[in-house]
Amino acid sequence: MSDQKVYMKGNEALAYGALETGLNAYFAYPITPSSEIPETLAREVGNKKYPKYKCFVQAASELESISMVIGGASTGALVMTATSGPGFSLNQEGLSYAACMQIPFLIADICRSGPGLGNIGPEQSDYFQATKGGGHGHYRLFVLAPNSVQEMASFPKLGFDLAFKYRNPVLILGDAYTGQLKEDVEFPTLEAPNYDVSSWAVGDSNGRRPHILNSMELDYQKHYENMEQIFKKYRRAEEKEVLYEEYLTQDAEIVIVAFGIVSRIARATVNTLRKKGIRVGLFRPVTLWPFPTKALRKLASEGKRFLDIELNAGQMVEDVRLAVGGETRVDFLGKWGGLVPTEREIEHKIQTVEVVAA
Amino acid sequence: MSQQSTFKIKVGKIESLTENPTHYCAGCEHGTLTKLIAATLDELHIRERTVMIDSVGCSVLAYNYLNCDHVVAAHGRAPAVGAGVKRLRPELYVFTIQGDGDALSIGLSETIYAAKRGTPITVFVVNNGIYGMTGGQMAPTTLPGQITTTTPYGRDPALTGTEFDASTLIGQIDGAAYVRRASLVVNEIPNPRGTVYTIKNLLDAKKAVKNAFKVQTLGGFALVEFLSTCSVNWKMPILEAKRYVNEQMIKRFPLGVYRDTFGVEKP
Repeated sequence: MSDQKVYMKGNEALAYGALETGLNAYFAYPITPSSEIPETLAREVGNKKYPKYKCFVQAASELESISMVIGGASTGALVMTATSGPGFSLNQEGLSYAACMQIPFLIADICRSGPGLGNIGPEQSDYFQATKGGGHGHYRLFVLAPNSVQEMASFPKLGFDLAFKYRNPVLILGDAYTGQLKEDVEFPTLEAPNYDVSSWAVGDSNGRRPHILNSMELDYQKHYENMEQIFKKYRRAEEKEVLYEEYLTQDAEIVIVAFGIVSRIARATVNTLRKKGIRVGLFRPVTLWPFPTKALRKLASEGKRFLDIELNAGQMVEDVRLAVGGETRVDFLGKWGGLVPTEREIEHKIQTVEVVAA
Repeated sequence: MSQQSTFKIKVGKIESLTENPTHYCAGCEHGTLTKLIAATLDELHIRERTVMIDSVGCSVLAYNYLNCDHVVAAHGRAPAVGAGVKRLRPELYVFTIQGDGDALSIGLSETIYAAKRGTPITVFVVNNGIYGMTGGQMAPTTLPGQITTTTPYGRDPALTGTEFDASTLIGQIDGAAYVRRASLVVNEIPNPRGTVYTIKNLLDAKKAVKNAFKVQTLGGFALVEFLSTCSVNWKMPILEAKRYVNEQMIKRFPLGVYRDTFGVEKP
């Protein structure tokens, strides 16, 4: 696509963003509210505009799709899948293996309301599963939380860059709103990715020792050491890859912490309250892992208080509280079941937080 | 040799085998299959273009023995991982070695759909009627009445169904191009001067391995099921276990070609 604006859904933008980045293959299992992603990518097979895009397969389950992703990505190709809550739960099996085998790929969870079948409305209730390593064993995914259709389009590039730099799966955690919302979006021309996979990818073993992508190590000491290398990698990422946005936090007495679609509502509320003379700002984590702990701690040390708002009953708020370490008060406003907080509800909550002078 | 049959034995190092000693129990045919596959990779000169997908079970350590690239899959998912590799790199040879529990219980969906889509990969299933690695629990292929640690009074078909016939099932799938059941177990031939063993089954098994790779060259899905013993978990002496395959298992799991779309079985 050229540098002109296109009007499309977040899910479609995510699909085209991946194609523009140089996606080679997509392995699918449909689930609302993410299905425009596989539908778009099924249509684009054979489009000469994306010569690197070779294959689309609809799998029989999310267990199969994530396994196909692992196989495809083992060859060093750019591979992706997308799903929503119930499917994301099935994907956890493969994500645990892939994190340990250090296989880079992109996955999106267009989060719906849970638990169980819940409904197809927006929630951010997969936060724990996304950021804490939702499968068995100790591992992390990079988690990017877009809040606009534009970011749905640009995060695949960011995601693949991180995935290949760290040899780790990267998750784009959207929600039913960021997936279904239609907005203007631009696709800047991207350079073709040139990731070096020669030291690990499987394929031609001509003239080299075999490459073995494996999560198993029966020797306890060796497994300890292998995992220590992975944990060091996570610590490097926590130092270097944190992304967040601050809006009017400098003189704020109270800072709203919100990610994804909620940060859009919160930003509008900040604007409204500022007009009323209330010193409120917005802190928006863009990477949910690695979490912007240090930046929040700094704001806390300045005596600011926090209101965490999420589309769940309180998940990220635990990380916010860990970050501020009891230095200041952290209030919480949550909505779930497919509902979202209105500006008015946020205003009301801010005005009842006692420290803020009315 | 009393029987008149001729075959060539390649003497010397098999390039596709590493020098690591295998962990397989005495009498187990997993090592036999590993060697047959290694010899075939050598004969076809495809070792360096081959990716093995290791499964979970006794076959999981095959990456220590077969000198090619490996991806170790989650339990049951090997055909799906293999499909992923093959879709991105169709010029590579991709194969799995899976147990009956892996391929026919937890991974049945992956096995069936790889066949149904005609994914050009090769799936080798070792059928020893039991979960070996986990210590002898009931497998989908456990025979009615057979005692395992989870059927301590014998497998009761009223409760758990009967044994699972993989070759018949996959042989019915139109996407599959080659389905064959072979045996890795030697046969006894009574002889006045003592027992003689014939390796005809192994030669057939070797042929099946080669045919399965040929089918992959032709763009088809191949599955070969190998009857095998598990004397340790069957709690039988090795020779008795081999007799059990040749006399009991073979009745429920007849050897033969169950599907051959490309006609590779022709001499």
